[in-house]
Amino acid sequence: MNTEIAGVILMFAATIALAIPLGKYISKVYAGERTFLDPVFNPVEKFFFRISRIDSNKEMNWKQHLVALLTINLIWFLFGMFMLMNQGWLPLNPDGNPSMTPDCAFNTTVSFVSNTNLQHFSGETGVSYLGQLILQLFQFISAGAGMAAVAVVFCALKERTADKLGNFYNFFIKSCTRILLPASFVVAIILVFNGTPMTFKGKDTIISMQGDTVKVSRGPAASMIAIKQVGTNGGGFFGANSAHPLENPTYLTNIAENISIILIPIALVFALGFYLKRKKLALMIFCVMTAGFLLFVVPAIKLEMDGNPAIEKMGINQTHGSMEGKEIRFGAAASAYWGITTTVTSNGSVNAMHDSFTPLSGMFMMLGMMINSFYGGVGVGFLNFYIFIIIAVFISGLMVGRTPEFLGKKVEAREMKIAMIIFLLHPLLILSGAALSSYTIHLHPDLPWLNNPGYHGFSEMLYEYTSSSANNGSGFEGLGDTPSVFWNITCGFVMLLSRFLPIIGPVAIAGLLAKKKYIPESAGTLKADTATFGIMVFAVIAILVALSFFTALALGPIAEYFAMAKL
Amino acid sequence: MKRQRKTPLFQGDLVKEALKQSFVKLDPRILYHNPIMFTVEIGTLIMLVVCFWILKGDHSQGSFAYNFFIFIILLLTVLFANFAEALAEARGKAQANSLRKTREETPAKLVQSFGEIMLKEIKIVSSSLLKKGDIFFCETGDIVPADGEIIEGIATIDESAITGESAPVIREAGGDKSSVTGGTKVLSDNIKVQVTAKPGESFLDRMIVMVENATRQKTPNEIALTILLAGFTLIFIIVCVTLQPFSLYAHTPIPIAAFISLFVCLIPTTIGGLLSAIGIAGMDRALRANVIAKSGKAVETAGDLDTILLDKTGTITIGNRKATHFYPADGVNENDLIKACALSSLADETPEGKSIVELSTKSMARNTLSTEGATLIKFSAETRTSGVNLRNGLQIRKGASDAIKRMTVDAGNPYPEEIEKKVEEISSNGGTPLVVSENKKIIGVIELQDIIKPGIWERFERLRKMGVKTVMVTGDNPLTAKYIAEKAGVDDFIAEAKPEDKLEYIRKEQQNGKLVAMMGDGTNDAPALAQADVGVAMNSGTSAAKEAGNMVDLDNDPTKLIEVVEIGKQLLMTRGTLTTFSIANDVAKYFAIVPALFMVSIPALASLNIMHLYSPQSAILSAIIFNAVIIPLLIPLALKGVAYKPIGASALLRRNLSIYGLGGIILPFIGIKIIDLVISAII
Repeated sequence: MNTEIAGVILMFAATIALAIPLGKYISKVYAGERTFLDPVFNPVEKFFFRISRIDSNKEMNWKQHLVALLTINLIWFLFGMFMLMNQGWLPLNPDGNPSMTPDCAFNTTVSFVSNTNLQHFSGETGVSYLGQLILQLFQFISAGAGMAAVAVVFCALKERTADKLGNFYNFFIKSCTRILLPASFVVAIILVFNGTPMTFKGKDTIISMQGDTVKVSRGPAASMIAIKQVGTNGGGFFGANSAHPLENPTYLTNIAENISIILIPIALVFALGFYLKRKKLALMIFCVMTAGFLLFVVPAIKLEMDGNPAIEKMGINQTHGSMEGKEIRFGAAASAYWGITTTVTSNGSVNAMHDSFTPLSGMFMMLGMMINSFYGGVGVGFLNFYIFIIIAVFISGLMVGRTPEFLGKKVEAREMKIAMIIFLLHPLLILSGAALSSYTIHLHPDLPWLNNPGYHGFSEMLYEYTSSSANNGSGFEGLGDTPSVFWNITCGFVMLLSRFLPIIGPVAIAGLLAKKKYIPESAGTLKADTATFGIMVFAVIAILVALSFFTALALGPIAEYFAMAKL
Repeated sequence: MKRQRKTPLFQGDLVKEALKQSFVKLDPRILYHNPIMFTVEIGTLIMLVVCFWILKGDHSQGSFAYNFFIFIILLLTVLFANFAEALAEARGKAQANSLRKTREETPAKLVQSFGEIMLKEIKIVSSSLLKKGDIFFCETGDIVPADGEIIEGIATIDESAITGESAPVIREAGGDKSSVTGGTKVLSDNIKVQVTAKPGESFLDRMIVMVENATRQKTPNEIALTILLAGFTLIFIIVCVTLQPFSLYAHTPIPIAAFISLFVCLIPTTIGGLLSAIGIAGMDRALRANVIAKSGKAVETAGDLDTILLDKTGTITIGNRKATHFYPADGVNENDLIKACALSSLADETPEGKSIVELSTKSMARNTLSTEGATLIKFSAETRTSGVNLRNGLQIRKGASDAIKRMTVDAGNPYPEEIEKKVEEISSNGGTPLVVSENKKIIGVIELQDIIKPGIWERFERLRKMGVKTVMVTGDNPLTAKYIAEKAGVDDFIAEAKPEDKLEYIRKEQQNGKLVAMMGDGTNDAPALAQADVGVAMNSGTSAAKEAGNMVDLDNDPTKLIEVVEIGKQLLMTRGTLTTFSIANDVAKYFAIVPALFMVSIPALASLNIMHLYSPQSAILSAIIFNAVIIPLLIPLALKGVAYKPIGASALLRRNLSIYGLGGIILPFIGIKIIDLVISAII
């Protein structure tokens, strides 16, 4: 039991220890300083920039950044649709998997372009190796696009008045080749040495102890698993994701994968501090995020290790914690830790069945996705946090009797409008999605959508929409979500909206603020890098999210928890 | 501080008027401007319809009494909010009316003119008939009929009707003290005044209209806050609308009354109801400090000020220099020096001369002096000395050190070294040395010092803690300016300042992103007043200055800027803290209403009823009653404003966060529980 907790502490401590130097490195990359990979990639990049006629030194304003981001996403989307719909006859398909239907291809492409990685298919049978490679490409570029957006915001937060905020293509390519690629390379090597397959050969055959012949799926898995974690994508090579013995073979690989889930999101916070030379500000943000994270992860680990009282009543021993739906090689604590890390970061890869977690752990995972900025996804996590900062700055600015300002820029009506729209989007999508499905079930109680009735069924629906809207991609999986055209398309649109609007909003706010006159600090200025302001941001996040989701959570996990306690 | 127009918060006639207006404002066309209260009004109407349904025999919505009671409370919620706004407006109007009383029609002595030539004839006309450019005549005892500039004469004028200051002021033709305001009274002498404003368009008239106007323009911060509040309202619309399918799924029918109660409790009605009252009260507070702001925005901007330009004379120092010391030259008796100084100044009417006599009487009796038959030598720019030639042939001169030095050296007398030293010492201490000679021989030095106003250091310290930089503007040389600046505690100074220097300084500060305020009265201040973000013109100033500024100080008190800054800060703080309070209240309301909604059909959720409220109905009633009564309870706070403490932004945030944030979470738990206890006792 103690080793379990020690393992979790080790993982978290190692993450922070790695995140600080990585943050410094990331800030160097975005500041345009030399990195060790320049000799390798500079000539290649120059060549591609030349043939595509992109001047990577030409600075862009925030609107040009967004246009660049949206257009390349559109091109990838069309390319992905084509490849997935034709993978059946294209090369690298040793298992002979069929091409995707248009609606499934739409859902999958959107899901991977939007960094969600919701998979309405199973990796073993749904995609060819070429398809998997394309999905891996998307895992790089979607993460890179999010990081490029955050680099634009970093650039906009500088102490000056500026319209031009760097070059999008430069930020994007650098994010992919200088940060994501080397990081995933390291993780992939660890995985390969621990037994994860990395091959283009088709299914392998083994003869089991009972003498049956079993076909075992394999493929170019290690590379995909590495980037799925590093880029907070979450889409696994195999259907069972990181619970699959080939996708996450040992406790060691579990450590490596789990560290890489939150590594870059944390490193980006430190990168902000190094980049702006405002270490105290970065520390404040890190502390607020960590406080929120710990508030979820500590009780979740305790609850999972305490075991499930309902199962205990059935006479099943719970001394090793609530092990239903968890892997023996990871144990209750590491599974709970993973469950929270993967949900706070919009990663969505799983090493246990989230549906089987005790009710309140399930609620903490949902809250992680509802807030979606306690670390958050690569790049986008900070962008979401930025929205909360703007709201907190506004309220606390008024409270100290001064027109609100953040880092020397006045926050006015236009910025507030954008911030409120972006904040509203998340509850709107989650609650209206859950309301729509609740209503449908109320009208057609015999629909085979829910495997569990009552509160847990409600939690499953709520989780599904929260996961889609948070671009997380994990599922409670208890839903009988037989992929239909309706679900593929509606979920696709939810993912598109909840991916791109929360990027457009913060970049627009940052761009608008960057253009404003820089006001130097005075004694009357509310400093953003203080503990007091940190508490304010935390309170704003806690109260806003609690107020938005309390009713829904009360009917799902909270009701389930009290019902279980009264058994 | 000067006299303040104090009226109790709830004055009888104002309350009566406000009560009437609260019902008038129920008109949806008026209420529509306040989106939050408008949604509450819609909820109220829905409850009215529900009540009729029940009367017609519907049984699904609970008892009539319960539903009707909820309808009444919701109606009260809207009325309370309207009352807050109406009361603030009524106070503003009352203030304006008291100003307007000074504008009543008065007879004017119109000077008849023939083309450019003024005739001797005077025609009595009503003040309302005066046109711009007309010239009228005022003599002792007359009420000045209109705003204007004195073109001839000098007069003492009682401006107490406008400023409340009883001491008369002097106004004269030419210069910066030439403007007179309609409604003031001439106490002595007579003047000819040219009208500068059309009837009904005088400066005060326009100000009064501005103060009275209920449909104020929203200030930028107010707009941003309205967006925030609209966002919160939308969230709770989403929460309440989606709750309906959720409850269907959970097989828990929720009555309409509960839905509407939940919605009204969650949306920020507290701040929504008080928001416009806070804005009006801010203008009103400025007016009570005898400052008329041309717009609410100007008051709001005042809270953001970074830099304030203040004139030295009259603001930082008391009027003029005063003699503080006599230093005799070696071998000269101190009493002889004092006597000589007093003699040379007896007939000197300048403030400096008077102060020398005043100081000398401390060490000798005035009646021992006689200047009979003496000739007074007046100060001239050429000699830069003044003095007296006594009958006994003694020539006493005092003046600038270099002028006296030249005079003595020319006469072949030595210029003592210790005098040279003393002169330097006095200069570097911010004083002005006057060297005194008797028959072209140096006998000593008089030290003149600026007297810094008592308490001014503390005021600047307070400003510094607010983050406001103070800049002293003076015509003195840099050495003197530096000394006074240090002694008074200002952060920076402009020495040997010309009007262009002020403008230049303001521009420079603004380029660095600072907001600058200045106070001025003269016509040559007008460009700087216009350039400053907050320009406060003194009411005694020229009309050009008043036009250029965006505030007018009726008291002509240069330190008023400090109060203006605090009023601006209070305005923003009151909005911020009440918003926080309003949102924090929601936590307790959730814990009252959500268990009440589900307790019956989902017994497990009874555990959320941490306040142990009596029944679902009593819980909902308690929550909406609390929600309604908190509005009138906070009206005094909204009108008076949250107290500003210059303790630094972070400390202030901590303080307000713990009072209004933490307090906002805890208070409703207590309030709702108490109301529930009362309700359960009644039932």
